[in-house]
Amino acid sequence: MGATVTTADSQQKTWGGGNEPLGANYGKLMMWFFIVSDALTFSGFLAAYGFSRFKFIETWPLPDEVFTHFPFMHGVSAPMYYVALMTFILIFSSVTMVLAVDAGHHMNKMKVAFYMLLTIVGGMIFVGSQAWEWKNFIHGEYGAIETKGGSLLQFVDNTGKRVKLEDFAATLPEEREQLKKSNGRWFMSESALPTYSVAEVQAGFKSHPDLLVRTEIIFKGDAASLKDPKVNQKLSHHKHKTVLTRAESEVMLANASLVVEGANLTRNEYGSKLFADFFFFITGFHGFHVFSGVIINIIIFFNVLLGTYEKRRSYEMVEKVGLYWHFVDLVWVFVFTFFYLV
Amino acid sequence: MSHEHVSNTKRIWLVFGILSVITTFEVAMGIIKPDVFHMHNFLSMNLLNWMFIILTLVKAYYIIWAFMHMEGEKASLRWTVVAPVIFLVLYLLFILLVEADYIFEVFKDATIKWNF
Repeated sequence: MGATVTTADSQQKTWGGGNEPLGANYGKLMMWFFIVSDALTFSGFLAAYGFSRFKFIETWPLPDEVFTHFPFMHGVSAPMYYVALMTFILIFSSVTMVLAVDAGHHMNKMKVAFYMLLTIVGGMIFVGSQAWEWKNFIHGEYGAIETKGGSLLQFVDNTGKRVKLEDFAATLPEEREQLKKSNGRWFMSESALPTYSVAEVQAGFKSHPDLLVRTEIIFKGDAASLKDPKVNQKLSHHKHKTVLTRAESEVMLANASLVVEGANLTRNEYGSKLFADFFFFITGFHGFHVFSGVIINIIIFFNVLLGTYEKRRSYEMVEKVGLYWHFVDLVWVFVFTFFYLV
Repeated sequence: MSHEHVSNTKRIWLVFGILSVITTFEVAMGIIKPDVFHMHNFLSMNLLNWMFIILTLVKAYYIIWAFMHMEGEKASLRWTVVAPVIFLVLYLLFILLVEADYIFEVFKDATIKWNF
């Protein structure tokens, strides 16, 4: 008991320990310091994201074109709604956590247990939502072409609407086998082959004269870009991706080297390769924090039920775990802004 | 217990309301992207992004001050936790973003277009 709940007795023994110069006991103080270091870790990640985004400022993917899925709404572009829902779930689980802490101050065991349970459920729903978001991100929707130079080409019709590869790619009588480790000469293998080959996409593009190529470059709308003969001026808008003319689209597509479907750590159909890396790493690291928070909450929940804190006459442990849980919410607020809004 | 604990339930729900309203507003702005904000810059960042960042900091303030109960802590603890984070984050952002912008300019104006 003495190790977990210390009480200040500063008049008696100045050098004997038990002093609380910051008004918080050892455990709570250490939780705050852990949070400071973890906050700096996340700041490092987000600052690195900002670094890469500023470095590729003219070609970075636009988040509201990437995250457009909502459960049970297939084919409907619903940017941001799903992340907004996730944000609400996490904020609400923060509220139930702080209500549990509040009930702990009144030594109300059943109320603490009830709110802890709600918090755990909220955390689990959030982690599940994140898994669904990852699934959509990895699976992709439209598909794209990577050129020999490493830039990415997406496809739109003559109204500027995105077109999926499967909607126009031709079927050619060609066969390609995936190189497996068992056939390779020296531990060589390749990842799963895309649904269509480059030749099939090129042939399909040729037979659909209304299709156009959309590049990664964000249209500036200045004098030079407004006079650029390679750009489809009707479909390119300021602060949106540039659409090329049909003639220029054919020139670009002749440079195609790879079909990209969905996302992995090497390349993704949304644009800059680093974009997917940062998405997986930052939301993954945050999801890992939520997951460990749920585990810790479960442990504390059972301790509450067993009456551990009732015996201690203090629910401060709930408060410490609460600090961690609110921190996880705090990080999400920033991830939400810098990944989805800005 | 050294602190005096009164029930904060009312304040908790109030803060939840504030956070919800801000988030809803942010999402609406993110979807509509009004040209008044999106197309006008202040210090080379558009007004919409300024708005998002400021509102995020407001949300962070409420989470730390109300939910993590920083408002009930001693001033010394408040400064110990908040000051290093703010200082180091600003420093980090300043260095990395200025450097990134410089690299962007180098790639834009130099003959090397894409090397990693």
